[in-house]
Amino acid sequence: MELPTKTFRITRADLVRYAGASGDFNPIHWSDRFATGVGLPGVIAHGMFTMALVGRAVTEWAGAPDAVVDYGVRFTRPVAVPDDDDGTEVEVTAKVKDTTEEGLTRLDITVKCRGEKVLSQARAVIRTPR
Amino acid sequence: MPLDQSFVGRTYPPTAPYQVGREKIREFATAIGATDPAYHDPEAARALGHPDVVAPPTFPVVLTMAASRQIIDDPAIGIDYSRVVHGDQRFAYTRPVVAGDELVCANTIEDISSRGGHDFLTTRTDVTTAAGDPVVAVWSKLVVRGEA
Repeated sequence: MELPTKTFRITRADLVRYAGASGDFNPIHWSDRFATGVGLPGVIAHGMFTMALVGRAVTEWAGAPDAVVDYGVRFTRPVAVPDDDDGTEVEVTAKVKDTTEEGLTRLDITVKCRGEKVLSQARAVIRTPR
Repeated sequence: MPLDQSFVGRTYPPTAPYQVGREKIREFATAIGATDPAYHDPEAARALGHPDVVAPPTFPVVLTMAASRQIIDDPAIGIDYSRVVHGDQRFAYTRPVVAGDELVCANTIEDISSRGGHDFLTTRTDVTTAAGDPVVAVWSKLVVRGEA
């Protein structure tokens, strides 16, 4: 079963807010000068910010804020966030892999930015929605 | 020089207890745009059977990232943090984190490997209550990029 696609917009302001809330002040997430100096195309989103947005999609699909039992991802490509009002967008889709008798549902998740996968092996186990 | 694989299995002393605050959960939820009332309103969380507001699934990174400094700053291992990128991340929950929790992180180095000139370091952080009850196990794979 395919779950409804969810999209999330990411702007520079979001990265600043996430840096403050999470305590991750790595300058690759707010300084173009620093980011390009280490070979990145420019400021990139915190991998953990992208993971948090995907976590929102998972809890929304689950229909409960506390339904996540297991959640893991691999960060494969950076999400570049341009310094403009539009920023960028990530698109999150998922398939239900299976549902166990113990009341758990496994999801295989796909996350893309500009048509390219930015996470791989993104999987979640949630309590099966009632 | 590749990371020394003899550090696999190394454990670190538990961190000082972290007091999970209601406002910190609200701040984190707001920063990721998570509007579910259970992240913000204690009454909504209680209606779901929790003692106070619930943290979003990736919230524990606030604690575990700080706790991982034990490993990153361990001179015996010698990680060049300027070359570190985040490879993998996983959370396996016993129960959700809620405001009022006092949580302790215990780090273990689970795996070290080298491939294609890069080092891969997998850490497990067992997040428990101060009394030792499990809450969430957190795995991080760090990639230390080679010089080439």
